[in-house]
Amino acid sequence: MAKRELQPINAGSMADIAFLLLIFFLVTTTMDVDTGLMRGLPPIPDEEQPEDDDQIKERNIFTVLINKNNELLVENEFMDIHELRDKAKEFIANPEDREDLPEKEWKELPYFGRVYVPKNPIISLRNDWGTSYGTYIQVQNELLAAKNELRDEVSLQRFGKKYEELDSEQQEAVQDYYASVLSEAEPKKVGGSK
Amino acid sequence: MAKFVRKGKKSVGAINTASLPDIVFMLLFFFMTTTVMKEVDLKVDIRLPEATEATKLEKKDLVSFIYIGKPSAPFQKLYGTEPRIQLNDQFKSVDDIADFIAQQRDAMNEADQAKMLVSLKVHEDTKMKIVTDTKQALRRASALKINYSSIKTEGLR
Repeated sequence: MAKRELQPINAGSMADIAFLLLIFFLVTTTMDVDTGLMRGLPPIPDEEQPEDDDQIKERNIFTVLINKNNELLVENEFMDIHELRDKAKEFIANPEDREDLPEKEWKELPYFGRVYVPKNPIISLRNDWGTSYGTYIQVQNELLAAKNELRDEVSLQRFGKKYEELDSEQQEAVQDYYASVLSEAEPKKVGGSK
Repeated sequence: MAKFVRKGKKSVGAINTASLPDIVFMLLFFFMTTTVMKEVDLKVDIRLPEATEATKLEKKDLVSFIYIGKPSAPFQKLYGTEPRIQLNDQFKSVDDIADFIAQQRDAMNEADQAKMLVSLKVHEDTKMKIVTDTKQALRRASALKINYSSIKTEGLR
């Protein structure tokens, strides 16, 4: 058997082929990451179940209304969107224990011990059919920001770290510290849709 | 100063290109792994709102998208300029959302179904009526985890 010498494969065009593929992927690639505001929707209430008529004290509710002209009515006062964050923070935390802001109670929390925190403040958000989505998102964003800022503050105070950097047990404790709820009213037909 | 006089002309040798394919392949693999093919052709105009508290969406395979906005220019003749809902590749109405969610849910692992997330991509000038209707439809379909898609910014404008 004659031993045939192995000819080297000409790899000169390899680069061309690879370039071709590279350019294809370069063109089709989209690098954008999706970002957004995470929210939960409440489940549809049972029809048979009678509506629970638990009266919530007025001081525990923070109402935010947005009308079809994208104007805000917060706690029965007109408000600029830029003031909303501080107002919401004041409501959730009630630092001075004021009478017209949410009730506070002593609570036993892991990591914190006994703390005097608001019971369960509720932020109620209602929008009109004619409200623009952009404004709605801005309001949602401000309310979320108020909550996040407060959580960051208390995390820094207690753990010296931001909320995001805490482990899940610590995060839970912080969540219980400021346990505010954002509730969106069942939609009602108000105002114009166009 | 004779020190600095060049001795003869040196010819520049040909650059060795043998490693060029390797470099290109490396880049190629990078783009191949990071690439995400465009999922749908948008038929509606969407300009997302901005938000400072936006967080990253993880696990793309658990996410279904609902697009709401004005039909884009080529479709305006047929569908008008009122905001419409786009599911997958078609214009749909609010009533179709339940079917869409069921279909998306079926396509998932059983274990993942509870983690299903719906991302709403809505043009910021859209009126809330259609968004509220969509949210109600999602509640009825028990797709309760939603995400208002928005662009992350730092600080207020």
